Amino acid sequence: MASPTLTTGTPGPGKNRGARRVRRQLPASPWLFAAPGLLITGAFILYPFVSTLVNSFTDRRTLVPGEFVGLANFRELLHDDMFWIGLRNSSLYVLGVVPALVLLPLLLALLVQKNIPGITFFRSAFYTPVVASIVVVGLIWVWLLDERGLVNSLLEMLGASPVGFLSDQWLILLSAMGVTVWKGLGYYMIIYLAALANVPRELHEAAAVDGAGAVRRFLTVTVPAVRSTMVLVAALSSVAAFKVFSEVYLMAGPSGGPAGEDTTLVMLVQRTGTGLTGRVGYASALSVVVFVVTVVLMLLVLRADRKEEA
Amino acid sequence: MSLAEKTRPAGKARATGRERKREPRITDEHGRRVRGWELALRYLLLLGVLALTIGPFLWQLSTSLKGPTEDIFSSPPKFLPSDPTLHNYERVADTIPVWDYALNSLKVAAANVVTNCVGAALAGYALARLRYRGRRVATLVFILAMLVPVEGIIIAQFTTMRELGLNNTLVGVVLPGCVSALNVLLMRNAFLNLPYEIEEAAFVDGANVWQRFFRIALPAVKGTLAVVAIFAFMGAWDDFLWPLIVLSDPSKFTLTIGLNYLHGTFANDERLVAAGTIIAVAPLIVLFACLQRYFFRGVGEGAVKG
Repeated sequence: MASPTLTTGTPGPGKNRGARRVRRQLPASPWLFAAPGLLITGAFILYPFVSTLVNSFTDRRTLVPGEFVGLANFRELLHDDMFWIGLRNSSLYVLGVVPALVLLPLLLALLVQKNIPGITFFRSAFYTPVVASIVVVGLIWVWLLDERGLVNSLLEMLGASPVGFLSDQWLILLSAMGVTVWKGLGYYMIIYLAALANVPRELHEAAAVDGAGAVRRFLTVTVPAVRSTMVLVAALSSVAAFKVFSEVYLMAGPSGGPAGEDTTLVMLVQRTGTGLTGRVGYASALSVVVFVVTVVLMLLVLRADRKEEA
Repeated sequence: MSLAEKTRPAGKARATGRERKREPRITDEHGRRVRGWELALRYLLLLGVLALTIGPFLWQLSTSLKGPTEDIFSSPPKFLPSDPTLHNYERVADTIPVWDYALNSLKVAAANVVTNCVGAALAGYALARLRYRGRRVATLVFILAMLVPVEGIIIAQFTTMRELGLNNTLVGVVLPGCVSALNVLLMRNAFLNLPYEIEEAAFVDGANVWQRFFRIALPAVKGTLAVVAIFAFMGAWDDFLWPLIVLSDPSKFTLTIGLNYLHGTFANDERLVAAGTIIAVAPLIVLFACLQRYFFRGVGEGAVKG
């Protein structure tokens, strides 16, 4: 903080006059301060956003400017098997990942909440996967789930036959979901820890006096108390899950597993729209679907929240 | 507000003076004694989760240290390399220019830290403190930008880079995220939380806007600035989709793209991939170990705003 003599420098009555004078700036300087941020945001976020919307109505390619084609791209979507596969996989991803990411980190937060010796080490250790790059995490699990990898050799020791985690279409998707959950656990755990710190202990004590067991107390005290945090986690994780790219790209390969059946929507955007022959127009139409579903997901989560409250 | 501090229950502090004289005992967040078997169960669970979260990293490290003659597929698995060697780290450097890629990642991450800290601090200060027409519009611009899902505009960002002739350059990798809207809004909130009177007094003393910014406001938001710096570093170092799209020349690759390339081309050699991933993850684990509380604090601030 700045030196305290500065704070005492203005006596009461002069304060308001001073404030008004501070507000009168040189005309150029505020915009000078905001310029770099506004420029970058305008050029690389808002302009691409608008141009995605515009391009979705054209047949633009990477090297060809393209012309207005109306709704042709969107009509093509409806008959594109790959689009439906992508939409299916990205939606399945939300259904598979979100319940796990709402519940497991909460249980983990309860586990590390008590201030027992060494707990800060455990908290940090559980957060480590969040820090690692998704590429590192993906490749670690590709090796663990290899046909001859650690997980299969442990299964073999238990007498089970090896599982083709990375060769079956559905197992690949399931394994990728597992990796997403594994990487996200620590992040949401920290969010829940902050929420749990605000749960009044009297509630737990009252429930305990009433003879409620651990499970009952979890359902009747903890869950209602952190409900708004659960909604936040559901909203954050569902939007992120629908936009999944890296996990599936690394575990299924760039072409999306056997016959491309594991392709997600964002993988399809990347595959369609990049490179010298990229179909920018069509990929933009796919991107518009990503926007729309993302917004719908947010609204659904928020609405479910309000209904439950009512 | 520090999350790590908030989450630390006040159980111990609440212990009475008489209790403190006895040998230290383990209490829960309500200051009650934790029973022995419950504590044992708790540690058992903690160790189980620890094995699940840290185990995969250690297995990768172990694989990277196993020599060419050692069987890495053995069952039962061997957790410790029988004859640890750094040979794989030399070989990965012969296969792909992994140190050049690390340098590229470092350049991108360092540039991202500088631009985000400077850009977000300046813009955040303008939004929080300076009065001018259009300020609300400027704030709205950043809020809208924060809500745009990057994955949905990535193709248009790519064509924009091509138009600027910046595709396949490291500048092109840095540019779209170099002043993130989330960081601008984080800095704005940090400045808004400062007492206004200090700057007012400085104004009365004749300090101009730059002096007030550099000498008074900026030193007071060092914590948030550190959060911005750390997340800018981590974001750039870990990023995958955008560099994958914008970089096509293998000599320009960053580490994450290089690892993906290594995995795709030399997938059979698990020892090499393992060594590469350890090179990519080690710096961040060290950074995290040193600056944990800023990482945790960033989760709280980012989640509430994002």
